[in-house]
Amino acid sequence: MSITMRDEGENRMILTTKYHGEMEVEESEIWEFSKGIPGFPEEKQFYLYLLVDNEIFSVLQSVSNKEVAFVVTNPFVFFSEYDFTLDENAVDFLQLENSIDVLTLVILTLGDTLSNSTANLQAPLIMNTKNKRAKQVILHDTNYQAKHPMTQTAKQGCQTC
Amino acid sequence: MLVLTRKVGESIVIGDEIEITILETKGDQIKLGIKAPKDVDIHRKEIYENIQNENQQAVSQTVDIVQLLKK
Repeated sequence: MSITMRDEGENRMILTTKYHGEMEVEESEIWEFSKGIPGFPEEKQFYLYLLVDNEIFSVLQSVSNKEVAFVVTNPFVFFSEYDFTLDENAVDFLQLENSIDVLTLVILTLGDTLSNSTANLQAPLIMNTKNKRAKQVILHDTNYQAKHPMTQTAKQGCQTC
Repeated sequence: MLVLTRKVGESIVIGDEIEITILETKGDQIKLGIKAPKDVDIHRKEIYENIQNENQQAVSQTVDIVQLLKK
């Protein structure tokens, strides 16, 4: 009879992040952007973590490249009327079966203040919480912009903080 | 670049799975119909480039995000 020693824990890895040094993360928490992200086709795996003391903003950190990290937020906090339809191709690609499995985030381009920052509402990040498949979906025929100003909405958003 | 001349209603095929048809021309505008597998993303070029640029700008920000975004 042989006894095999097994690691009882999850598979963990050390991730070097752009903003928060080294972090220990579970591999099951990694999001798969299997086609990369426009502008960063080589970055296919990302780790999402909340900014400390902050329930609204998160960082989407590339696993393979420390320098590639996006500040992201829940668009509905700042833009309560934000609304779009996912096309069938995206639904298929993400293998989405139920709309409650979707996590929607948008990438922020930060200025010196939040009011001078913009949100990319034209290309939301659509993430399937069931299988960790994710994609930045570029909306067709939309009025939402890649640089949607946070100016008026920043205050509104913070009332709901 | 390969250059082909087509009339309205005619198509070109790219590989076995992609077909592009000229649907209509009006002045300098041309309406295209595109058939492609679902895993092929199709975008207007300037919009795709704009999203690429925006992502690169978003990554290259150098502000202290913890300070800027604190409650």
